[in-house]
Amino acid sequence: MNDSGFDWLFLAEISLAGLGSGGLLALTGLAFVIIYKATRVVNLAIGEMLMMAAYVFFAFAAGAGLPIWAAIFGAVLASGALGALVERTMIRPMLGESPISTFMVTVGLASILVGIVELVWTADPRRLPEFMPTDPVLLGQAMVAPKVFYGFVVTALLIAAVLLVFRFWRGAVALRATASDQAAAYSMGIDVPRVFSLAWTAAAMIAAVAGIVVGAIGGISSTMGVFGLSVLVVVIVGGLDSVAGALLGGLLVGLVEAWAGAYLGGEYKMLATFSLLVLVLLLRPYGLFGTHEIERL
Amino acid sequence: MRIGAAKESYEADAALFDTRAQRGWLVVLAAALAAFPFVADEYWLYLACLIAINIASATGLNILTGYTGLVSLGQAAFMGLGAYTVAILETTLGTPFVLNLLAGGVVAALGGIVVGIPSLRVKGLYLAISTIAASVIAHFLFANLTLTGGTSGLSVPPARLFGVALDTSFRLYWLIVPVAALMLLAAANLFRTRIGRAFIAIRDRDISAEVLGIPLLRYKLMSFGLSSFYAGVAGGLWAYFFRVVTPESFPLIMSIFFLAAIIVGGMGTILGSILGAVFMTLVPELLKLVVGWLPLSTDMGLVLSPVRTIVFGALIVGFLIFEPHGLAEIWRRVRRYFHLWPFRT
Repeated sequence: MNDSGFDWLFLAEISLAGLGSGGLLALTGLAFVIIYKATRVVNLAIGEMLMMAAYVFFAFAAGAGLPIWAAIFGAVLASGALGALVERTMIRPMLGESPISTFMVTVGLASILVGIVELVWTADPRRLPEFMPTDPVLLGQAMVAPKVFYGFVVTALLIAAVLLVFRFWRGAVALRATASDQAAAYSMGIDVPRVFSLAWTAAAMIAAVAGIVVGAIGGISSTMGVFGLSVLVVVIVGGLDSVAGALLGGLLVGLVEAWAGAYLGGEYKMLATFSLLVLVLLLRPYGLFGTHEIERL
Repeated sequence: MRIGAAKESYEADAALFDTRAQRGWLVVLAAALAAFPFVADEYWLYLACLIAINIASATGLNILTGYTGLVSLGQAAFMGLGAYTVAILETTLGTPFVLNLLAGGVVAALGGIVVGIPSLRVKGLYLAISTIAASVIAHFLFANLTLTGGTSGLSVPPARLFGVALDTSFRLYWLIVPVAALMLLAAANLFRTRIGRAFIAIRDRDISAEVLGIPLLRYKLMSFGLSSFYAGVAGGLWAYFFRVVTPESFPLIMSIFFLAAIIVGGMGTILGSILGAVFMTLVPELLKLVVGWLPLSTDMGLVLSPVRTIVFGALIVGFLIFEPHGLAEIWRRVRRYFHLWPFRT
C-alpha cells in the first residue's frame, strides 16, 4: 500500500458499507413505493413503522425470549397487522380527501408511533440480540462488517422475492392494475379497498424486515424514524412511483451518505442527503424515473 | 335570536369587524388582555407569553399553508433563523429590540424565499419534503457555524425598553402580546387585499389562478416570505423570552407542532390560528395535570413526554378525519346555534 496518494482501499470499504445501508434504504423505499403506487398516499411514517417493527422484534426476542426465527416471523406478522389497522382506521376515511391532508395524517401517525415506543420502551437506545454471523467478510482486499454484509444479502434476496411476487402473483397484478387506473380496476371487478389493505400490509411487512436489519446493525432507539427521512429522499430522487427508481435511489443515497460520513464527518451525512434532495428537486422534480404528471384543469 | 346586520355602504360590508357586537366584544377582549398581567400569577403569565408567540408563528404558517395551500414543515427552522438573528444582533451590536425583531423577520423572510424557490417547479408533497430539507440544512448551519455559537448556542441578554430590562414574564408580556396582536391584525387585513385574494386563488387551484393573470412564482414566494417573516419575528420573541438559543431549540417536531396547531385550529382562518395555538400550547399543560393525578410509581417526566407526542399525533389524525375545518368550525357552529336560537339550523 502506498502512503501518499489516494487510499483506494478505504474508498472501496466505505463504498461497500454505503451500498450495504443503501440496500436497506432501497428496501424501505420499495415499501414506500408500493403504498404510493396503490393508494397515492405519501407515507411519512414509513420510518416509524420500521422502528415499531424493530421494537416488536426486540420485545419478542429479548423480552419474551423467543427463538430468533420465531421473533422475526412474529415481528413481520405484527407489523403487517399494524399496516392493515392503520390503513383501515386512518387512511380509508381519508379516501377522496386532498393528498396533502392524507400526508398530514401520516405525519400524525409518525408522532403517535414514536410516542408509543417511548412510552413502552422509553427513549433510551437498545441493542438487538445478535443473530448474524460475526466473522468479518473479505471481498477482495476490502473488509466489510459482517452485519452489513449479511444485512445486504437478506435485503437483496427480499427485494428479488418482492419483485418476483409483484410480477407474477394474482393479488399483485390487481395491485398494479389499481396503481395504473383505479376506476378501470374497479370496473374490472377488482376489490380496490382490499387492494389498499393489501398494499399497506405488504409494505409494513417489508418495512419490518428492513427495521430488524437496521436495528441489528445500528441498535434501536425512538429516533430511528430519522431513517425514514433518508427513505423520503430516496423515493424523491428515484421518483415516487418507480420501483426501479427506489432501488437505484437507495443505493445512490447510501453511497452519498457513506462518502459524506467518511470524508467530511458524521454530521455532514444528513446535509449531503438533503442537498442531494434539493438538487434533484430543482433539476428533475419528478425524480429520475418518476412519471411526470400532467395537470389538467 | 339575532338577525343579520343591515349594511348600507361597501365600506361597512368590507369592514374587518362588521357588527357592533363584534366591536364591543373586541373592546372587552382588549381590556381583559390589559388587565390580565395584574391578576395572573407567574405561571399563567409564562403561558400567556408562550401562547402569544405560538399564535404569531401559527398565523404565519396559516398564511402559507392554510391560505396559499403550500404545506411547510420548516416553520421551526424559520423561527430559528429569526431567533439567531436577534441573538446575534443583541449580543454583538446591541441594537434596540424593535430593530432586532424586524431584522429577525427579514432574515427569516429571505430564508423563506430561498426555500420557496423550488415551488417554481414542485408543489404539494414535494414542496413539503423540500421544506424538511430546509430545516435539516438550517439545523446543520446552526450547529456548525461559529457565528451561531455551535451546539452550545447563544445566550441572549434581555430586551431593553427606555432603560428597563424586559426580564420577567410580566414585563415581556407588554412586548410579546401587543406584537402578536399587531401581527394578527395585519394578517386579518392581508386577506382583504389583492395579495391575500391572490393567495387564496392559488390555494384553490393554482393553474386557474395563473390563467386569471396571477404570477404564480411571485405570489408563492411572497407567501413564503410573509410566512417566514412571521416565523422570524415569533422566533425573535422566543429568543427574548427564553433568553438562550441552541440548535436543538427548533427541532422538526416543533414544525409539526405548528402544523398540528393550524390543522386543529382550522386552516385558512385567522381565528383558527389563534384557537389552534392556544389549544396546542395548553394541551401539554393539561396533560401535566392529568398525569399528575394518576397514581404512577414511575417518574412523571418519563411518561409525560411520550404521552404528549401521542396526543399531538392523535389530535392531528383525529381532527383531519372528523373535523377537517378545525376548532374554528366548531366555534362557528356554536355561535350560529346561539344566534339562531330558538330555531335550529
